[in-house]
Amino acid sequence: MNATEQKKQKYAEMVKHASPRSTVLINSLKAFFVGGAICAAGQLIYNYIESLGFAREETGIIVAGILVASAALLTALRVYDKIAKFSGAGTIIPITGFANAIAAPAIEHKKEGLVLGVGAKMFLIAGPVIVYGTVTSVIVGLVYYFMR
Amino acid sequence: MKKHFGEASVKFENPPTIISAAAIVGPKEGEGPLSEHFDKVSADILFGKDTWEQAESELMRQTVALAVQKAGLAIEDVQYIFAGDLLNQNSGSIYGARSFERPFYGLFGACSAMGMGMNLGAKLIDGGFADYVVANASSHFCGAEKTFRFPLELGTQRAPTASWTVTGDGAVVLSSKGKGPRITAATTGSIVDLGMKDVNNMGAAMVPAAADVIAKHFRDLNLPTNHYDLIATGDLGLYGQTLLLQLLKQEGIDIAGRLTDCGMLIYDLEKQDVHAGGSGCGCSASVFASYFLKKLRNSEINKMLFVPTGALHSVVTIQQGETIPGIAHAVAIER
Repeated sequence: MNATEQKKQKYAEMVKHASPRSTVLINSLKAFFVGGAICAAGQLIYNYIESLGFAREETGIIVAGILVASAALLTALRVYDKIAKFSGAGTIIPITGFANAIAAPAIEHKKEGLVLGVGAKMFLIAGPVIVYGTVTSVIVGLVYYFMR
Repeated sequence: MKKHFGEASVKFENPPTIISAAAIVGPKEGEGPLSEHFDKVSADILFGKDTWEQAESELMRQTVALAVQKAGLAIEDVQYIFAGDLLNQNSGSIYGARSFERPFYGLFGACSAMGMGMNLGAKLIDGGFADYVVANASSHFCGAEKTFRFPLELGTQRAPTASWTVTGDGAVVLSSKGKGPRITAATTGSIVDLGMKDVNNMGAAMVPAAADVIAKHFRDLNLPTNHYDLIATGDLGLYGQTLLLQLLKQEGIDIAGRLTDCGMLIYDLEKQDVHAGGSGCGCSASVFASYFLKKLRNSEINKMLFVPTGALHSVVTIQQGETIPGIAHAVAIER
C-alpha cells in the first residue's frame, strides 16, 4: 500500500472515531410506535368504511386514498417533515411516506413551472420506488407463474 | 520586492485595508448568539422575493450595497467585485450583482468563497490594479437544500454530523488607503481529498484541506504557532474541529485554545437544532464581516488567520461514486 492510501485509511479511522452515529435503538423505537400508530389509524378507518357496506377491495382503495390525501395535506401545511424528523422510517415506510415523497418535490419545484417543475420533478424521489416496485412485482409474478 | 513565499503564500507589500463591511442574515441566524453583531436580520426568509434563488440574490445585492454605502462610496467607485455562492453557475452572486454593472468575477470554491475573494482582492490592490474591491460570499439554507439535498418538506432525519446552511451574506470593501484592519498575507489552498464520501459529514471532508493550508501558511512564512491570537475556520463544525486539531498536531502544529470555527459561533448548537453547526459560503463571510471585524477594530483581536473552508461537493459526481474534495484558503488580518 502506498503512502497516500495509508494516509487515507488512517484518516478514515480518525473520522470514524470522531463522528457520532445516529442513535439506532431510540430511532427504531420511535419509528416502531409512530409507524404502528399510522397503521392502526389506517385499520380503524378501514373498519369504519367496511361497516358502511363497502366491499373489501373498495375499502382498501378508499383507505389508501384517505391516507395519501392526509399526508399530502400535512406536507403542504409544513407539518409532515416535523413529524418525520421525530419518527424517521416510521413515517417513510407507510403509504403516507410515499405521498410525502411526491408532494414535497412538487411543492419545491413549483417555481420552475407546471411542466418542467411540478410535472417533471414530482417523481424525483418516488420514481425509483415505482420503477423497482413494478420490476419486482413482474419478477415475483413470473416466479409464481412457473412454480404454480 | 519578492511577495511570494514558500509553496503557496504571499505577503503584501502595501497591505490592503478593510475599510468597510456588512453582514445580513436570515431569521434563524438572527435567533443565534451573534444576532446583535449583524447589520440586519431579515425576518423574511424570502427577502421579499418569490423564490429561494431570487432571495439569495436579493440578500447579496443588499449586503454589497450596504458595505459600499458604509464605506462612504458609491457603487461606481468599486473597481472589482468578487463574489461566490453555492447555487449552480454561481447564480446567487450573478443575479445579485447584475444591477451594479461593475467589473465582476464570479468565484466557486464552495464555502471557501470568502477566502478566495479576500485573497484575490488583496492581490489586485497590492499589485496596484485597483483602489476599491468588494469581496462577497452568500448562501441560503433553502436554496442549498434544493441544490444539494432534498426538497424542504420531505420527511427526513439529519445525521448528527450534518450541518445547517447559513442564510446569510458577508461583504468587505478592500482599499489601498484608509483606516482599518489590514490583510497582511494569504495562503492559497490546494484541492485536498482524503477519500471522504459521506455527504452528511462535510466537516470531515474539509478538515484535511484546512490542516494543509494552515500548515503551509506557518511553514511558508516561517511563523511561530502562537503568532495569531485567533485562527477561525469557516464551517468545519463541532466534530471537524476536533479532527483538525488532531491532524495539525501530527504536523507538529499545536493551535489548541486559539482555534475557533464560524459554524460553531453563528448558532447555539444546543438550542437551535443545527447538529454539527452552521455551514455555507455565507457562514464564514457573515461572521467575519460582523463579529470578527468588530473584534479586530476594538483591539480584542490583534492578529487573526481567517480560513474559510469548502467541500467541493457535486451531486452528480458523488452519485457516480466520486469522493468529496476539500479546499481552504487562509487570509491573515492584522490591525
